[in-house]
Amino acid sequence: MLIKQLSIFVENKAGRLADITSILARKNVDIRALSIADTTDYGILRLIVNEPEEAAVLIREEGLTVSLTDVLGISIPDEPGGFSSALRVLADAGIGVEYAYAFITPKKGKAFVIIRVADNDAAVKVLTDSGIQLLEQEDIFSYNGS
Amino acid sequence: MGEYFNKGIEAASRDYLKALQSAKLIKMVQSCYENVPFYKRLLDEKGIEPGDIHSIDDIVKLPFTVKQDLRDNYPYGLFAVPKEKLVRIHASSGTTGKQTVVGYTQADLDHWSEGCARALTAAGATKSDFVHVAYGYGLFTGGLGLHYGAEKLGAIVIPASSGNTARQVQILEDFGSNIICCTPSYALVIGEKLKSAGIDPAGLPLRAGIFGAEPWSDNMRLEIEKTLAIKAYDIYGLSEIAGPGVAYECSEQNGLHICEDHYYPEIVDPDTLEPLPDGTFGELVFTCIGKEALPLIRYRTRDITAITREKCACGRTLVRMSKPKGRSDDMLIIRGVNVFPSQVEHVILSLGMEPNYQIVVDKEKNLDVMTVRVEMSDAVFSDEVRGIEDTQRKLCAALQETLGLSAKVHLVEPRSLPRFEGKAVRVIDNRNI
Repeated sequence: MLIKQLSIFVENKAGRLADITSILARKNVDIRALSIADTTDYGILRLIVNEPEEAAVLIREEGLTVSLTDVLGISIPDEPGGFSSALRVLADAGIGVEYAYAFITPKKGKAFVIIRVADNDAAVKVLTDSGIQLLEQEDIFSYNGS
Repeated sequence: MGEYFNKGIEAASRDYLKALQSAKLIKMVQSCYENVPFYKRLLDEKGIEPGDIHSIDDIVKLPFTVKQDLRDNYPYGLFAVPKEKLVRIHASSGTTGKQTVVGYTQADLDHWSEGCARALTAAGATKSDFVHVAYGYGLFTGGLGLHYGAEKLGAIVIPASSGNTARQVQILEDFGSNIICCTPSYALVIGEKLKSAGIDPAGLPLRAGIFGAEPWSDNMRLEIEKTLAIKAYDIYGLSEIAGPGVAYECSEQNGLHICEDHYYPEIVDPDTLEPLPDGTFGELVFTCIGKEALPLIRYRTRDITAITREKCACGRTLVRMSKPKGRSDDMLIIRGVNVFPSQVEHVILSLGMEPNYQIVVDKEKNLDVMTVRVEMSDAVFSDEVRGIEDTQRKLCAALQETLGLSAKVHLVEPRSLPRFEGKAVRVIDNRNI
């Protein structure tokens, strides 16, 4: 019920993002979602890709620091209040969100959200109990073009 | 031509000085042999007996002492006197958290204080002057060294210690300091504060300053003299030998006069350890011929300088050393604190990171700022900013604890710092000293 996210340490230097994404492009890695946490000196690039393990190897070979992080993916109604009700479930269970980012899917009426929490198991349980649909890695890519 | 604190020594004939040094060296080697097991072993190994030392010229037969010997015998192993004769301990920062501990008998303190009194007098201080000591007081020798030197002179000491710059400015204005003693960088900080407070330094009773404990350039001297409207004098020293006042500038400012009646200088080639002739740059080595508690033999200071025995235009005959122009090791002096890159490396390794780092030293608003650039490694990487900030904080805290100095930490990408096949160049010093 979890999704593997690539987390990459990126120094704040012009061209770094272009360099890193071009490594992935060369090997036909498909990026479906991304977010960047930025600070003054560095950023953390977070990517959801089709082949996370292979992509991590590629990036490590280039000398970058990369980790695979288990994150939650949920599918919510693409309407006002959709995201809020999912967050409410987590909040009521006392589960804090470290970060989250959303992306629109080609599937009509649905939005996907990636959520990072400290305790994945607890979050999976309360979300499932509340009837919120959790995504698998394949779900994110199987909607491609459909 | 300035005044002397002790004309009999400061303007003595070279013959007299040599006779004095010879007598003191003979006595010192005897004491080391009898009271310091470390030196007895060293001399035995070299096949030298105290009886082989007949004059100061025989000093070249003696073995060298290095900072590591002090660490190996931490804290009191090299002391030559019993505890009841000791009256003071000082310490300076050392590698991997261990300090270099030094001790003094009353006679040692008297000689040290006299060195500072000579320095103050050479800078024009008199019994009627207020001497404002803005060096840190404590284990560091700066504060107490100048303090007792000023008392020895009979001047009026203002023991302000360092920090609280607004109060320093108030003291300068209200107490009427005539002479100020601090690190050159702190002098500039005080100067800035005066300027921002709208105080014209030319209107203050301040005439001169004695600055040391860190390397400084002639450009910095000009800047200090301008911002504080004073004449700026250099003072040299290291705690292993005594503290500030081992050597000092006179009004000629053409080198620093060494108190060679207590601390005998040599210049040697740092690679071969062969003595070098006067006027040739090499590593400065001191033998504490007049010291009771910690009589170090041929202690390698690692400072690169040259000496001259030509009589100075000020009238002093004491040997002069030029401003040190570098180090024969990789030690940095940052805000008066001794920093070895190996200490930084030790901290990085202790946190499970790879020892790929670079130390950058800059001057920001006249203060030394140290930044440690470390490559990110898998062991400490996190997908959360909080996790990485936590690593930075831990590094900062560990550096502060080990070095006694705050440092900025900058995490960089792996493989982004230069790699070295030979000797690694870990330090980028942008201070132009």
